Amino acid sequence: MDTHRLLMKLWKSLVALVMGFFIVNVALMVAAVGTSSVARRWLGTWLPDGYTFNWYQTAWQEFQLDSVLWVTIEVVAAVVFLSILIGVPAAYALARRNFRGKNLLMGLFLLPLMIPPITYGIPLATVMYQAHIAGTIFGVILANMIPAVPFMILVMTPFIEQIDANLESAARVFGANTFKLFWHVLLPLLAPGILAASLLVLVRTIGMFELTFLTAGPDSQTLVVALYYAVFAAGVRAPQSVDAMAMVYMAVTLAWLLIALQFVNPTQLVSRVKEHPKTA
Amino acid sequence: MTSDFSELRLDGVTRRFAAGKGVQSFTALNALTMTVKRGEFIALLGPSGCGKSTALNCLAGLLPLTDGGIWLDDTRIDVLPPEKRGFGMVFQNYALFPHMSVARNVAFGLAMRGVPAAESAQRVKRALDLVQLNSQAHKLPGQLSGGQQQRVAIARAIVIEPPLVLMDEPLSNLDAKLRLEMRAEIRRIHRELGRSTIYVTHDQDEALSLADRVVVMKDGVAQQIAEPQRIYAEPANLDVARFMGYRNLVELDVRSESGASVQLAGSGLALNARAMQPLAGGKAMLAIRPEEFDVVSSPVDNSFAARVLNVEYCGHDNIVDVEVAGGLKLIVRTTARLRVGDPVMLAIAPDKALAYPVDAAAGMVP
Amino acid sequence: MSSASPSSFDRSLLLLVPATLFMVVLFVYPFLYGLQLSFHPMEGNWLANYTQFFTTGNLRDTVWTTLKLAIPATVINVGAALPIAYQMRRSSRFQKLITTLLVIPLTLGTVLIAEGMLGYFGPKGWLSQSLQWLHIYEGPIRLTHNYWGVLISLVISGFPFAFLLTLSYITGIDPNLPRAASTLGATPWNQFRHIYLPLLVPGLAMAFALSFVQAFSVFPSAVLLGSPAGATRVISIAAYEAAFERYDYSMASAVAMLMGVVQLFVVAAVLGARGMFYRGPVSGGKG
Repeated sequence: MDTHRLLMKLWKSLVALVMGFFIVNVALMVAAVGTSSVARRWLGTWLPDGYTFNWYQTAWQEFQLDSVLWVTIEVVAAVVFLSILIGVPAAYALARRNFRGKNLLMGLFLLPLMIPPITYGIPLATVMYQAHIAGTIFGVILANMIPAVPFMILVMTPFIEQIDANLESAARVFGANTFKLFWHVLLPLLAPGILAASLLVLVRTIGMFELTFLTAGPDSQTLVVALYYAVFAAGVRAPQSVDAMAMVYMAVTLAWLLIALQFVNPTQLVSRVKEHPKTA
Repeated sequence: MTSDFSELRLDGVTRRFAAGKGVQSFTALNALTMTVKRGEFIALLGPSGCGKSTALNCLAGLLPLTDGGIWLDDTRIDVLPPEKRGFGMVFQNYALFPHMSVARNVAFGLAMRGVPAAESAQRVKRALDLVQLNSQAHKLPGQLSGGQQQRVAIARAIVIEPPLVLMDEPLSNLDAKLRLEMRAEIRRIHRELGRSTIYVTHDQDEALSLADRVVVMKDGVAQQIAEPQRIYAEPANLDVARFMGYRNLVELDVRSESGASVQLAGSGLALNARAMQPLAGGKAMLAIRPEEFDVVSSPVDNSFAARVLNVEYCGHDNIVDVEVAGGLKLIVRTTARLRVGDPVMLAIAPDKALAYPVDAAAGMVP
Repeated sequence: MSSASPSSFDRSLLLLVPATLFMVVLFVYPFLYGLQLSFHPMEGNWLANYTQFFTTGNLRDTVWTTLKLAIPATVINVGAALPIAYQMRRSSRFQKLITTLLVIPLTLGTVLIAEGMLGYFGPKGWLSQSLQWLHIYEGPIRLTHNYWGVLISLVISGFPFAFLLTLSYITGIDPNLPRAASTLGATPWNQFRHIYLPLLVPGLAMAFALSFVQAFSVFPSAVLLGSPAGATRVISIAAYEAAFERYDYSMASAVAMLMGVVQLFVVAAVLGARGMFYRGPVSGGKG
């Protein structure tokens, strides 16, 4: 009996240890990037020789971070906006209506979330190059919408299902036409769900590497792709400036993640195919 | 755990939830003390939040005690984990294992005890016979109706022949008709097996019809522990009376007292009543059941005049709202056919008019 | 599911048109186009791309190389996720903290993790220095620009995903079920073995399939942290090279198709195996 309790305690400690080890190492990894980005010179010692913020300025100029950031903003904003535009109506129809082939359609929407981007990205890039839209920011936006629209639908459909359909009937009975129904009843109720879904799409799109990588041209790279190229060519440039760029990327991502976490819980970021939805 | 025990003793059983950030410490169960004899059916009755489910979970071992102890004869059991106590439990949402057939669900407790397969199969069959579900033995819980699932849950709890069966509002998820049927079932099973049972419910009809003794609880404290007849006719305090359907509650002045008999007056009434607790301050709360009024044709002892305000037809009888001369409104339940606006003479037997102290705190059990 | 649609054409279904059109044009069409393109190689008969793939050493070997990375990574990720998520199944401040912290590497993505690993796990990084200082290991460690670097990065980016997914399945199981089991005499281990585990198998299979698919398509880590010309030449690199270095879009499509086929095969195998287990709801009766 006591050995059993001892084993349980040992097991609990082991679990805590493994988690701690994982988190500590990742944290130190991030700290190493940060330290390097402000290091004047750092060659294999515990801490750098001196500190400076110059590398950020260097990185800003070398990697043209101003235009890269601007491209990122454009792409992410367009992806979020367009996904709402075509995703929310689709989610509404899926939530409220039953029809033949509904399961097939839902399966279609689910596919881009199950298949990794690079698998469908290569054929997509091929088509885009034939159509001469690859290499443009337009192409990048379209490519990033492929996982974004289904994700928006996946998040919004159960959200809409939860809204009592009788509310809409009640509004109609009391004289609301379709526009008034949408503006006064649906939109306010949908707003929190749209906000949450948008933040999730936003955070995911900032970090979406493969699709942008395959479809972008030199002046339509988002931050994460520019970072990749910088790391790739790291031999040529000083590692500290690459790390400075990495810190900029991390700051942007974490800032939006923090904002998103105020409205959603962390597990929704990975919500793809729930095997058994929680009973209410 | 042997099924032969002579008494289960709860002594000052207390469960407190510790204070947290911005949350005060909360006593869900406050010093419950009682003794359950072998074979007794005890109902824990009260509104939500009264502590009855907490008490049950403490008995099962699913919640640790903050204070007090639980003894099964001479063995102290509140230090044991649930798997070592050997009590059977029926959960409110049944908690049937969805991936196991009915038979495997029922056999689970036996499997955990290492009962050999042949004996286990026999005992499972007997248990399923008892709840009349042998034909469904191979089905999965998801394929059964609510009532059937409930019976499987009961079979699963009793097949292990526990010294004590714990039931947590097992009928609350069923519709009214099914509830009545299952109540009869539970009564029958208890009679046949004679296992001590502790049954949690907020429904007084269930408690009164099933239990040998009822524990009425409020805010974590047991207000009254007595047979159903006494709880019904002689509630110990105002809270119990209120809960048990004494819908007429009027504050009156005490004109005179002699022993337990008191004379109350005010608001157009002058009645002899029976004091259930020591009265103080020259005032008392009168509590009368709507059903206990007699409609009389002429004034008799303990009667008064009133006018009918509203009549609600209930088939066998009517619920009638009446107004007494001073403006006081009462609720009467009677088979007499009355019409709105009729004058009516009502009488009440003095031992059915109960008087309690007005200060609720003085009347509560500490 | 609510209002019945009238027997005639329901106008609200038009709401689905933009999204469906978008998916068909930008997802289904490129896929079909790529498929047919893969059968139209630059030279040779319609199967030339595929035969070339399987006869060329550095192409054929990519499948095995990628599997050698993806399968261990997935086994580690899901295998570690299960006990750890089980341990944290009760909602607590600790659970919320860990969940939030784990979302961070997930969001930062593989490129940043690769950059961080080059510094931290590199021969001159803090990890190497700590191990030397603690005399656990003499000399610089070799965890970057090789197989191990890519594997570690797959764990860093893949474990949070597997963990969060598994946690959501575990918390979806009615907590009254193990309680009922304990009143029937089940020890904590038996509660796990007889109640949780059978109910988790479908979810775990899904988690394994999704984690594998993610790991199999590893790309930036293999380039930045591995040795893309040798030990970590994964299949996505082969596809990329065909498309962007040799402009052989037909071959690139063929490689992408093969990627999809391998992923599909493993997923189907895993989901097929789980079909042998239970597949119903995870609550035990009227909730």
